[in-house]
Amino acid sequence: MEKSRPLWDNPLQFVFACISYAVGLGNVWRFPYLCQMYGGGGFLIPYLIMLIAEGMPLLYLELAVGQRMRQGSIGAWKIISPYLCGVGVASVVVSFFLSMYYNVINAWAFWYLFHSFQDPLPWATCPLNSNRTGYEEECEKTSSTQYFWYRQTLNISPSLEASGSVQWEQALCLTLAWLVVYLCILRGTASTGKVVYVTASLPYCVLIIYLIRGLTLHGAVNGLIYMFTPKLEQLSNPKTWISAATQIFFSLGLGFGSLIAFASYNEPTNNCQRHAIIVSLINSTTSIFASIVTFSIYGFKATFNYESCINKVILLLLNAFDLEEGSVTADNLNEMKDYLMATYPQEYAQLAPQIKNCSLEAELDTAVQGTGLAFIVYSEAIKNMEVPQLYSVLYFFMLLMLGIGSMLGNTAAILTPLTDSRAIASRFPKEVISGVVCFVNCIIGLIFTMEAGNYWFDIFNDYAATLSLLLIVLVETIAVCYIYGIRRFEKDLYTMIGCKPNWYWKTMWAFVSPLLIISLFIFYLTDYILTGTLQYQAWDATQGQLVTKDYPGYALAVIGLLVAASTMCIPLGALVTFIRKRLKRERISTVA
Amino acid sequence: MLSSASQMHRMLSKYGLVSKQLWEIMHLCHITKCVKAQRMGQSRISILEQLLAEIGMIPIAENHPQMMNNLLSTQYAWDANEEYLFKAMVAFAMRRYSSKSTTQISNVLLCNVTDRVSFWFVVTDSSKNVTTVPGSEVEAAIRMNRNRINNAFLLSDKTLQFLKITSTLSPPVEPSTPVWLIVFGVVLCLIVAGIVFLIISGIRKHKKKNKESTERENLEEKVEVTLENGIPCEALDIKAGHVNGVFAADDERFTSL
Repeated sequence: MEKSRPLWDNPLQFVFACISYAVGLGNVWRFPYLCQMYGGGGFLIPYLIMLIAEGMPLLYLELAVGQRMRQGSIGAWKIISPYLCGVGVASVVVSFFLSMYYNVINAWAFWYLFHSFQDPLPWATCPLNSNRTGYEEECEKTSSTQYFWYRQTLNISPSLEASGSVQWEQALCLTLAWLVVYLCILRGTASTGKVVYVTASLPYCVLIIYLIRGLTLHGAVNGLIYMFTPKLEQLSNPKTWISAATQIFFSLGLGFGSLIAFASYNEPTNNCQRHAIIVSLINSTTSIFASIVTFSIYGFKATFNYESCINKVILLLLNAFDLEEGSVTADNLNEMKDYLMATYPQEYAQLAPQIKNCSLEAELDTAVQGTGLAFIVYSEAIKNMEVPQLYSVLYFFMLLMLGIGSMLGNTAAILTPLTDSRAIASRFPKEVISGVVCFVNCIIGLIFTMEAGNYWFDIFNDYAATLSLLLIVLVETIAVCYIYGIRRFEKDLYTMIGCKPNWYWKTMWAFVSPLLIISLFIFYLTDYILTGTLQYQAWDATQGQLVTKDYPGYALAVIGLLVAASTMCIPLGALVTFIRKRLKRERISTVA
Repeated sequence: MLSSASQMHRMLSKYGLVSKQLWEIMHLCHITKCVKAQRMGQSRISILEQLLAEIGMIPIAENHPQMMNNLLSTQYAWDANEEYLFKAMVAFAMRRYSSKSTTQISNVLLCNVTDRVSFWFVVTDSSKNVTTVPGSEVEAAIRMNRNRINNAFLLSDKTLQFLKITSTLSPPVEPSTPVWLIVFGVVLCLIVAGIVFLIISGIRKHKKKNKESTERENLEEKVEVTLENGIPCEALDIKAGHVNGVFAADDERFTSL
């Protein structure tokens, strides 16, 4: 008797699972950066166009495939065409790479969360040096938040070659992160379905709290005005459109097989068209919402730094010229500087190198993305708020929820094909398979807890998924439209949902989305080829800042291997199937 | 500035405390005011050293700790009363440090009070023929009583600065176990408990399901009974049909060969 496929308890769980997966850290730390770099409010135009041209159609496609075939990615593509089993395998491989390095972010979030229960926050002040006469040298050169991130969290080595040892604190946090993921996926959809209620909704609660807090901070408006004023001339820059397309593509998590896996647990009559529209709209709205919060935090931080800079200059002038307290203020600073320059030219000239020109624009211009934004900029802003412990706990808990939500999708993409294959599922129960996957990922993930781990993390983050996903989704779209046949697909959707897809969906699937993906693919390839040697940012402890270095040979080999491992699965899969069919045909012909 | 130095000279001469040294020191106070020292690169003390070297009075440089404070935050104005308090605090510090009860408030001399509220001060020793107490002693005394002096003025180490006396920064309070490990331990125990609970309940459910399914299988077999001549085959299958129970039981009475 065949065991029936586990299902979501209700369609809401499915929607929440998709939202929890799609709304991840990229919405918080990548979209605000793109908005800032490519024209502020004007970036929303290419973003929304790409959402309509590429985001919604591809999402609907994947959900429909999963719901129709009721199998994980490998099984689903095998049904569409036996030569396409390689696509499913490539998805699983990419998901495997992603889950390896993505959970390290959760480990960092745990680390910061646990350190938020102290007063003062450990990243608020520099630690003292050995003879207690001043602060640590490295911390003096850079800021206390950067020091806490680079030295006390990562304990980063000066280059990729100097691997260093495994940091036991980070290893502990990574183990904990994997245990949490295991707890959530242990029972399959039964446990995942309950967890996604929390991981999907809690980040919004925290974002709302932060929105209210952020907008009421001193100087937040500066950030909002600066960032959102549209710089429409950026629209003529092709990079703007490419970044918008890339962001939509990767933000929705297409091509990993997670969406297919989630949709395969649906009732066959579930209206995935409506859900696709809802999920993609919520994902984009969350990005915009998170960027409002981020820009108000930027504004607060920039204003705070600007005012500290001004106060330092004022103190310097007061001490140097023995002026009365209150004679130099922020308002008359420029006039006082001119007056002092005129009256005491010699002394002023001596002092001049130390008098910095404080500029609010310069502070706002520092554009940060990625872990730098999430862990350095935000923690710097938090330490200056009132009751910083509360905001810190809330913020890192939100990061944790976002990260775990995405991890649930990643692990589902790996586990669903494994539990679908009868060879493995009959021998081992679900718990054991999940346990083995989590354990293997945890052990490999220890690489990222070494001193040079953050450099390897950047390699995986930049190269493991980008090209491969574009290729996978391109093959998927072409397969469904031209190999499976769009009419057959239309009929399947009609039997499932009860309405045929209209001309918008069909045009996007057949022409617009594949063209967009091909252009993105060509752009990425030419970009890699033109830049020549790949470089990375290494932390220099003596200078207290990042420096650019070249990747060593073996790192380039690893990058090549990462890309090849997933992309080669597609042609290899087709080849293997072809050979198998040939052999079977020969066997049958010899028997007959 | 010259007027204030000469005023002080006049005041001290009234008490018979003037000496060539003291006058020249005060004169130097005036000179250093004219020559602005770069605060970061060179302390005023070193400028003073240079000047003293020029007029051949080394080593006397260490005698003049200078003080500067930031009063904006404390909401009181700096006037003669505050100066009196300062002199009293320095005298108190000297008394505590050297445990001589001879230092009087009149032994502490301030010079060059600016609007910024920064000034030089000197401590004289009236018992030893009107010399100044060495700067190192004054520094040590102030360092010992820094906290008291700060609190008297409602200021802190940052706002009340003695130019030659670097404050030792207070070390952060570190608990015996780092706080993060405690929180980590709590969360870890909860998660592991959850996993163990889920696994055990899953195993139990699996066993129950297995038992149920085997029971159901047995039930199904009993239902499918084949009949032969109205008698169920199972009844015919028992050994009673093949073996005569009476004779079989007798075998046991005989001893085996």
